[in-house]
Parts: sequence; structure tokens; C-alpha cells
Amino acid sequence: MTFDEVKQILKTKTVGIAGCGGLGSNCAVALARVGLGRLVIADFDLVEEGNLNRQFYFYDQIGMLKVAALKQNLFRINPDVRVNTFDIRLCQSDIIEIFGKCDVIVEAFDKPEMKYMILDAVHNYLPAKHLIMGVGMAGWGGNNLIRSRQSDKLVICGDETNAISDKCPPLAPRVGVVANMQANAVLEILLGINEHQNHSERQ
Amino acid sequence: MKIILNNKEEVFEAVQFTVNELLHIKKFTFKMLVIKVNGKLIKKSDYDSAIVKNGDDVMVLHLISGG
Repeated sequence: MTFDEVKQILKTKTVGIAGCGGLGSNCAVALARVGLGRLVIADFDLVEEGNLNRQFYFYDQIGMLKVAALKQNLFRINPDVRVNTFDIRLCQSDIIEIFGKCDVIVEAFDKPEMKYMILDAVHNYLPAKHLIMGVGMAGWGGNNLIRSRQSDKLVICGDETNAISDKCPPLAPRVGVVANMQANAVLEILLGINEHQNHSERQ
Repeated sequence: MKIILNNKEEVFEAVQFTVNELLHIKKFTFKMLVIKVNGKLIKKSDYDSAIVKNGDDVMVLHLISGG
């Protein structure tokens, strides 16, 4: 597929992103760059200075709603992308309502309880939807520990090991790797497996 | 029996066990766990009744913070 053919498909697609922190903001940017038609983004938080070590915001956006700031940044990259924003703390009924029409849903929350909540909601009420989760991205290094696996319509990206703590902060490189893996998994679902790409591991 | 646990083949002496027994044997004590058996999500309230048997594909996912 040429990039023009890729864009022809992607412009008809909608992706929901739950959370606009390190995973959500970077994943949204990757999808906007490749020509996705519509993004549905949700987050209740404001941009803080401490977010700038990994999240796709700028210093002059501190204090803005994350969804508003992200929408601005996405338009600066690709003015054709349509963006629906929801500045709410998502609960299960919101997830079903807001993301029910999306082709794929990306989980980009930071708290484990929220990760479980969306998994449970999608599994029970939107069982036909793929859910792409990010699990384990704190710290630095350990490139080979970051991976993805799939079980039915659930895709997990991350090292599944490193939680965030004082001594293990989330930083741009690893968070960005996992966010972009999530975007990459979205493309594989929307475009199919790339037949022109070698998927076997080098021995 | 032989099962696939997190993409790896593992052999157990028991012919079958419950999800709770599997968690005990493997010492998975983390509180935010997601368990899928053959792609099906197992609710926490069913850990004592849900059975894992020969040939099953089991996913045990630790939901940790970060995002």
C-alpha cells in the first residue's frame, strides 16, 4: 500500500483515546500525522509543568485543559483531522457512549483502577471493539523489555513490569515508545497486517 | 496438564485447577490482575469456580500504574 492508499483508508476511521497524558497525547499525534479521519479524546486534567517531560504539550499551554491543548496541537500537525473532545473524568457509561462508535479504542490512563474500569466496560458492553492498552513504561533503558501481546481483541503494549514510583518516573523516551506502539497496533487493526513487511524475527 | 501461561508453555501435576489455585501456585498476589482463559475475561468473583484445564491459553496481566 502506498501512503496515499493508507490515507484513503484512515480518513474514514475513528479512534477513541481514553486519557491525554503521556500515552494518549503521543498516540494521538502519531495517528493525526498518518491521516486518521477522526479522534475522540477524553481527559479532565489541565496541562502542568511536570507533564512536559513526556506529554505532547508546550510550555505556553500550562494551565489549559489537556483536551483543548491537544486539539490545538493536532490541528497544527494536520488541519484535516477531526477531533471530538470530552473534558470529563470517564466512567463506564461515558466510555460506552463516547467510544461506542469508534473503530478502535486506546486506553491511556495512568491509574490501574481506571485501566481495569475501561477493560471491563469494553469487554462487557463493546465486545466487538479492539482495546489497545499501555501497561508498564516507567523509567529508562531496557528497550528489549518493551513488547506487545494480544488475547482476542485485547492488545497489551509495554513491559508489564515497571510501575511508576518516586525512583522510577515516567520519562519521554519509554512513554513515547509505548504510545507509538499503541498507535502502531491501531494501524495494524485498521489497515491489516502489512504483507510487504517481514514479520519474522531475525535470528 | 500443559497450559500456555502468558505465551509460555507450562506443565503442572494437577489435571485441572481453578483460577484461584493457579494464582496460588504461581504466587501471583498482585491485587490489580486481569485474567483471561482462552480469550475470555474471568471476573474476580469467579476465580474460585473458573477452571483451567489441559490445553488452555491463560493470560495473567498485572495492571500497573503509568500512562
